[in-house]
Amino acid sequence: MAGNAWRSTVSRIMGAVKSQTQPRTFSRGMQTVTIIPGDGIGPEISTSVIKIFEAAKVPIQWEERNVTAIKGPGGKWMIPPEAKESMDKSKIGLKGPLKTPIAAGHPSMNLLLRKTFDLYANVRPCVSIEGYKTPYTDVDLVTIRENTEGEYSGIEHVIVDGVVQSIKLITEEASRRIAEYAFEYARNNQRNSVTAVHKANIMRMSDGLFLRKCREVAENFKDVKFTEMYLDTVCLNMVQDPTQFDVLVMPNLYGDILSDLCAGLIGGLGVTPSGNIGANGVAIFESVHGTAPDIAGMDLANPTALLLSAVMMLRHMGLHGHAKKIETACFDTIRDKKVLTKDLGGNSKCSEFTAEICRRVQDLD
Amino acid sequence: MRTLIKGYGIRFDIMVFGKAGKFHVVPTLLNIGAGLGLMGLGLSGVRLQPLCVRSLSLTASQNATLESPPARADSTFKVTMVPGDGVGPELMTAVKEVFKSGDVPVEFEEFHLSEVQNMASEEKLNEVLTSMKNNRVAIKGKIHTPMEYKGELASYEMRLRRKLDLFANVVHVNSLPGYSTRHNNLDLVIIREQTEGEYSSLEHESVSGVVECLKIITREKSRRIAKFAFDYATKKGRSKVTAVHKANIMKLGDGLFLQSCAEVAELYPKIKYENIIIDNCCMQLVQNPYQFDVLVMPNLYGNIIDNLAAGLVGGAGVVPGESYSAEYAVFETGARHPFAQAVGRNIANPTAMLLSAANMLRHLNLEYHSNMVSEAVKRVIKQGKVRTADLGGYATSVEFTRAVISNLSA
Repeated sequence: MAGNAWRSTVSRIMGAVKSQTQPRTFSRGMQTVTIIPGDGIGPEISTSVIKIFEAAKVPIQWEERNVTAIKGPGGKWMIPPEAKESMDKSKIGLKGPLKTPIAAGHPSMNLLLRKTFDLYANVRPCVSIEGYKTPYTDVDLVTIRENTEGEYSGIEHVIVDGVVQSIKLITEEASRRIAEYAFEYARNNQRNSVTAVHKANIMRMSDGLFLRKCREVAENFKDVKFTEMYLDTVCLNMVQDPTQFDVLVMPNLYGDILSDLCAGLIGGLGVTPSGNIGANGVAIFESVHGTAPDIAGMDLANPTALLLSAVMMLRHMGLHGHAKKIETACFDTIRDKKVLTKDLGGNSKCSEFTAEICRRVQDLD
Repeated sequence: MRTLIKGYGIRFDIMVFGKAGKFHVVPTLLNIGAGLGLMGLGLSGVRLQPLCVRSLSLTASQNATLESPPARADSTFKVTMVPGDGVGPELMTAVKEVFKSGDVPVEFEEFHLSEVQNMASEEKLNEVLTSMKNNRVAIKGKIHTPMEYKGELASYEMRLRRKLDLFANVVHVNSLPGYSTRHNNLDLVIIREQTEGEYSSLEHESVSGVVECLKIITREKSRRIAKFAFDYATKKGRSKVTAVHKANIMKLGDGLFLQSCAEVAELYPKIKYENIIIDNCCMQLVQNPYQFDVLVMPNLYGNIIDNLAAGLVGGAGVVPGESYSAEYAVFETGARHPFAQAVGRNIANPTAMLLSAANMLRHLNLEYHSNMVSEAVKRVIKQGKVRTADLGGYATSVEFTRAVISNLSA
């Protein structure tokens, strides 16, 4: 037990030291961030977030861009060049929900963005929101999911009529990259342990490779505790006692399922933030819920998910003070239960909810 | 001879000694007579040792009656038992003790097959298979699959499943009366296809550092499990079957599974059919599990949802499950974990294994004994005085078993 306390203290000190020594150019001048409002309720919640950031006097300059797929030279679908240029310059993006039309002929927008910027890690911190009651309290974990390969490689063949084969691809490079990111995240955010989730007893070669890479990377991060657990054991324990988990790192499919499971524990996709980290320092933070076309334009949307993603973005940029202010304001509003949107159990409008948060942010100054 | 055949116009196209074709009449008649004589002896209940002579193979069912004894109250049923690894042996001891006290007419044939303890080999596997094929019913613990492999990618448990073609795994998720969790009064059935999908053990390293793992979905097996699910729902009076998939990403693979389920659903108009994507399903299960009734899904998703649902009602220690093939039934726990940390510490919860044993008795048509065992277990849990550590109590496995035994006679 003493060993654990010592280890976590060391990791906290190391984390604090590391975050201070990293050159943070963002906190000095005005930083440009590309904002992609999206479809459906996207524009409303984006406006909410911009308003709240203004009230908190965050040094951010927004550049709005649209990402509808266009056919580039050579017939390949791609995102509009202005959007790509803006993202490459600013390196940070905030994205609302995007609609994936069913028979449009082009792949989903999320997939396009992922491929364009090589967004290899999907990070979803799940923290129980005080004031939004679920059967699970005290949830505080982070799921880090490998986002480029695994079961979602999209390689499928019909071998004979009636027999289909899907290929799950695991590479050394991608596994190492995601493991390194997971440990760095744990260190930078003062987390105590990283758990690798796998099914190496069944898929011995593929998940075995993933696990081996995680173990190797763990050797370089001795200040963070490393454990490994089978996927079914994680599921079993997650619904009984989610407090035993800290940071979870896993391949694509398990990550998809577990991150949605954890979102369900804290109240659903309407209150869960999410961030995608790419190579070359690109990071896009997004809300993972749908476009909700039935309430679009009626000022009924709940901006919490996008707001919490934006808070995650601030932390990524090093603006911890502003992040804390906005997050506290948001949680206080939800805890008070006086002004809540319909999906949180109240009957206020989106603009009223936003105004309330802005008021609190200014009070906190 | 020839004129005899022609005259009577009867052609003796029969199977004698396993050979088909035409035979000379008189020796054939003698053989038929001998065969009938043997058959007569067999049917009258006198058990001759299996002779080298095979009687006429008329129908398979008649052959079956020669091999297994009729279900008479004074004869015992033979059941194969494979304790497995981890706490398996302790749980099996509990089952045996309860059966002994309850005078249950079941006799166990034990086999210790274990990959981690180096007690596994081809011969052992074949022994277990032969025994299972003879007895048709088995009860087993989890045969743990180690992460390192020596040559074969498929574990013993997977091979057992494939050789017996145990394609359907059914897990009953029922809330225990008297033990409350975050979600009470749950009543789900989870049906999982267990022979293909992601557990195909077809992996290879195409280039150094790149591993490919194949997931196979076939129309035939998808249809079979879908039909099993709908038949099960009909038999147990369930109203809805939900197929769980990820066809928006794995369009061909899970798309085929979904299509097969939809096709089978049309044959059962009385049962409602829905489908849901796996990640949404997990989210819904933790937020509102009451919207589901029977769930059917391919292999990996089944593993995830089995364990998730088991966690919802109390953990791996309280959920029974079984595996079916067209001819065999294997009874085990719902969430299959060897639970190696509990070995020797006497803390494992025998509830799941006891409830599964009760289901096995029902399968063998021993209704009275089945109810006796399951009622006893439920009564002990409801009273709440004797509970193992996973249910928040302080009792040991042995104490729990003893409590169940004392509740048996009532």
